[in-house]
Amino acid sequence: MSRTEIKIGGFGGQGVILSGYIIGRAASIYDDKHSTMIQAFGPEARGSACSSQVIVSPTEIAYPYITAPEIMIVMSQEAYTKFTPELANGGILITEEELVQPHNLRKDIKHFSIPATRFAEELGKKMVLNIVMMGFMTAVTNIVDVEAMRKAVKVSVPKGTEELNLNAFNKGFEYGISQKAKLN
Amino acid sequence: MKSDPKGVLTGAHFIDGDHACAEGAIAAGCRFVAGYPITPSTEVVERIADRFPLIGGMFIQMEDEIASSIAIQGAVWGGKKAMTVTSGPGFSLMMEHIGLAAMTEVPCVFVDVQRGGPSTGLPTLPGQGDMMQARWGSHGDYGIIALCPNSPQECFDFTIKAFNLSEQYRVPVLLMMDECVGHMTERVIVPPADQIEIYPRRFYEGPKEEFLLFKPDNDMVPPMVKAGDGYNIHVTGLTHDEKGYPVMTVAAQEKLVHRLIDKIKMNADKIVEYKEDQVEGADVVVVSYGITSRVAIPAIDQARKEGMKVGHLRLIVAWPFPEKRIKELATKIKSFVVPEINYGQMVHEVERHSAGKVRVELVGHGGGAVHNPKDIYNVIKNSVKG
Repeated sequence: MSRTEIKIGGFGGQGVILSGYIIGRAASIYDDKHSTMIQAFGPEARGSACSSQVIVSPTEIAYPYITAPEIMIVMSQEAYTKFTPELANGGILITEEELVQPHNLRKDIKHFSIPATRFAEELGKKMVLNIVMMGFMTAVTNIVDVEAMRKAVKVSVPKGTEELNLNAFNKGFEYGISQKAKLN
Repeated sequence: MKSDPKGVLTGAHFIDGDHACAEGAIAAGCRFVAGYPITPSTEVVERIADRFPLIGGMFIQMEDEIASSIAIQGAVWGGKKAMTVTSGPGFSLMMEHIGLAAMTEVPCVFVDVQRGGPSTGLPTLPGQGDMMQARWGSHGDYGIIALCPNSPQECFDFTIKAFNLSEQYRVPVLLMMDECVGHMTERVIVPPADQIEIYPRRFYEGPKEEFLLFKPDNDMVPPMVKAGDGYNIHVTGLTHDEKGYPVMTVAAQEKLVHRLIDKIKMNADKIVEYKEDQVEGADVVVVSYGITSRVAIPAIDQARKEGMKVGHLRLIVAWPFPEKRIKELATKIKSFVVPEINYGQMVHEVERHSAGKVRVELVGHGGGAVHNPKDIYNVIKNSVKG
């Protein structure tokens, strides 16, 4: 694996920043890799488009920003429209199936989708949709070791919600494995 | 001396540069912070406000930056290690008291998380436009120390270093961060407390009746006492004698101000710190600092791939400036390339000390973003041609 750039987009409140944080924490603390996370930092309001960018690399990261992400996770239509043109050739696009209509989907990329919000609701809390997404992403990209991701999820979510969040992660992960099998 | 284990969060963390700076201050023994929160430095004081009550520290959210920068000096005379944190507009307001801390030799730390300026400029975006202000911002002559971290890990390490240098030389030390480093999240390793070296305050140990508040030791630095410990203390920003009393003479001015400059200048070899990469045999040397020292790396790598002999000299301590090394390199190389997120500040130092012997090229940037490495690469390429 070489330097890999990841962009996560959605609207404020979906856990976009926490998702980036979990990937970076898993990679750099529990998976012996390097990681740099930068969050779009501006006078944005809750509910508007927001994004986080994470770099995962086996070696030290010099330039800290992403230029052409190889992995993109979008959880809102606005984020889809705004960010997908940035995705690198041959990159992986992951969308929230019921929130994003992939209009004019680029032909040069791999696309996966998951009804993460619905899965989260079935687990009892809509809020964990980002963690469902993280499980799914881990399965379809292999960017970070799955156990490292589980550890990072466990220590990054509010106390008392660990089990719910790990269930959410596993749900997304299993769905990812099945989707990937279909593709092959 | 080793760090007080109380409050040291030994382990691996995934935190941003601002939070790492707060943890560095705690590990360094800082127990008083006064500040007027300002983007992009706010997260430093947020973390301090969160952590201090658990470890016996005091944080005061002050009415402004002027008050913040004087409150910390009161705390130092009371025996604490203290710091204030700000960004460009606040840094401007603190200049008067940076001068006071230099004049009255108060060991303390000023953190400036630089953003785009001048004035309120670009609150949420990076800049490196406060570098000359760091050196010359307060009126009059004095020596100063400024450090430039380029990662959250260094925000932790260099905050400790800043406190140590401030105690060793009884001088305000400026930690010149920038928005990118402050808001960037990476792994930060906090070592066990017994592996963190702390320079203790230099307390006076001689007989009480012979004590003079500003009588220097052989290295030109006077030892301190705490207010309230029974020593005669008179601290003033006016030109003063060794007792601390105001003396309005040319001779007193000469003696005091010269020492304030010389204690840094004469110890510069011990304070100056930089990192070099493939500088020996290079045609071009890139001189960089802070976040730009990372942004320059892809540009340098690209140039090297194409066969250009490019070295990299990264300033860790910006002030005092590594004048000797620049002078020496100027006799060996063809040109210096200096990328910085301003329209030319540290480049003037490189020009001054290379004294016309080699070309010096600025890669300027007005702020609001870091450079595109291509812009740095292009200047390297042109300067190799000569």
